[in-house]
Amino acid sequence: MKDDLLLQMAVAFATLSLVSIGGANAVVPELHRQVVDQLGWMDGATFTQLFAIAQVAPGPNVLVVSLIGWHMAGPAGLAVATTAIMLPSSVLAFAAGRLVARWSHTRWIEIAKAGLVPVAVGLILASGVVMAQAADHDALGVMITVAAAGFIVLSDRNPLWALATATAVGVACFRLGLSA
Amino acid sequence: MDDPIARAPIARIIPCDHPMSKAGNMADYESGAAAAAPPPGVTRTALFLGFLKIGLLGFGGVAPWARHVIVEERRWLSEKEYAAILGIGQVLPGPNTMNAAVMIGDRFHGAPGAMLALLAMMAMPLVILVVLASLYASFATVPDVRIAVEAAASAAAGLVIGTAVKMAVKLKPTRLALLVGLLAFAAVGLARLPLLPTVIVLALLSVAGAVWERRA
Repeated sequence: MKDDLLLQMAVAFATLSLVSIGGANAVVPELHRQVVDQLGWMDGATFTQLFAIAQVAPGPNVLVVSLIGWHMAGPAGLAVATTAIMLPSSVLAFAAGRLVARWSHTRWIEIAKAGLVPVAVGLILASGVVMAQAADHDALGVMITVAAAGFIVLSDRNPLWALATATAVGVACFRLGLSA
Repeated sequence: MDDPIARAPIARIIPCDHPMSKAGNMADYESGAAAAAPPPGVTRTALFLGFLKIGLLGFGGVAPWARHVIVEERRWLSEKEYAAILGIGQVLPGPNTMNAAVMIGDRFHGAPGAMLALLAMMAMPLVILVVLASLYASFATVPDVRIAVEAAASAAAGLVIGTAVKMAVKLKPTRLALLVGLLAFAAVGLARLPLLPTVIVLALLSVAGAVWERRA
C-alpha cells in the first residue's frame, strides 16, 4: 500500500520535473491540479499551508514537493519526492550544460545565449512581482518589498540585512498597533 | 562521462567578461571580496561551502542569494557569465538556480562537482523544511511569528525584484534585449500567461532578434 503510494509519487513528480520549465512558480498550478484534484492526496487548504511553509523556508520553492512527500509518507516520502523532482531536470541540465560547452566556440551558441539572457531576467522580475502580490497584504508589506528591492539595487551588502530589518520593522509596527 | 576532454571546453561556456575588467561600479570594490581577478579555480570545499550558504540563506527563493554569493562575494563568475548560465537554466525544466548549480558545479569539477553543488544547495533547506513543518502547527498561532513570516515574505519578494533590476542595469542590455525582458515580465508577471508557451515563443523571438541585431 505504502509502496504503491511511493511509486505513484515518484512517477508523478518525476514527470513534473521534466515539464517544470520556469521552476516552482510554473509548477504550482499543475502540482495543485495533480495532488489535490486528480490524486486527492490532500485538500486545498493543506496544500496552501504546505506551500507557505516551503516559501518561508530557505531553498528553491519547488521544495514544496519534498514537503508533500513528507506529509504523505514521512521520511521515505520526503526522499522519494525530492529525488523524483530533482533528478530528471538536473540530469537534463547537466547534459545541456555539456552540449553548450562543446559548441561554445560557435557563433550560434553566442547568439542563443544573447537571446536567452533578457528572457531570464524578465522572468526573475515577474516571479518577484508575483511573490509580492501574494505576500503584501497592506501598505507596510508593499513598503517593505520596495525597500528590500532598493537595498539590493543600491548595495552589495548581504541580503540578510534586508530580511532581518524587514522582520524587525514588521513585528515593531504590529506591536505599536500600526498594522494588523 | 567524466573524461577531461569533455570537461575542458566547459571553462569557456561564456567568454570571460568579468565585471572587474569593465568600469565596474564602486560598490563592487567596497564589497571587500578581494579586488582581484576571479579565482583561477574553485576548490571542491569552496564549491560545497558556497552552495551550502546559498541554500541555507535562500529564504523566499534562492535567486538573490545565488547571485550575491556567486557574482559579488566569491566572484566565481562575472555578471554576464552568471546571467547566461541562468538563462540556459531558465529554459530547461527545473528551478533555474538548481540547473545553474549543476552547470556551475560541472564547470569547475565535472560530474562530481555538479552533484556536490546540488547536494550542498539542497541539504540545509531540506532539514530546515522538515523542522519548520513539524513546528509550524504549534507556532503559527503566535502573532509575532505570523507577522515576522509575513514581513520576511514581503522582503523576499523585494529581494527577487531588486536582483532582476540590478542584473538588468549591470548587463547594459541593448534596446531589443530590454524590450524582450520587459515583454517576458509583462507576459508572465502581469498577464499571467502560461509559462511554457510564453518562454518558448519569447526565447525564439529573442534569439531571432539577436541574429538580426548582429547582421544590422
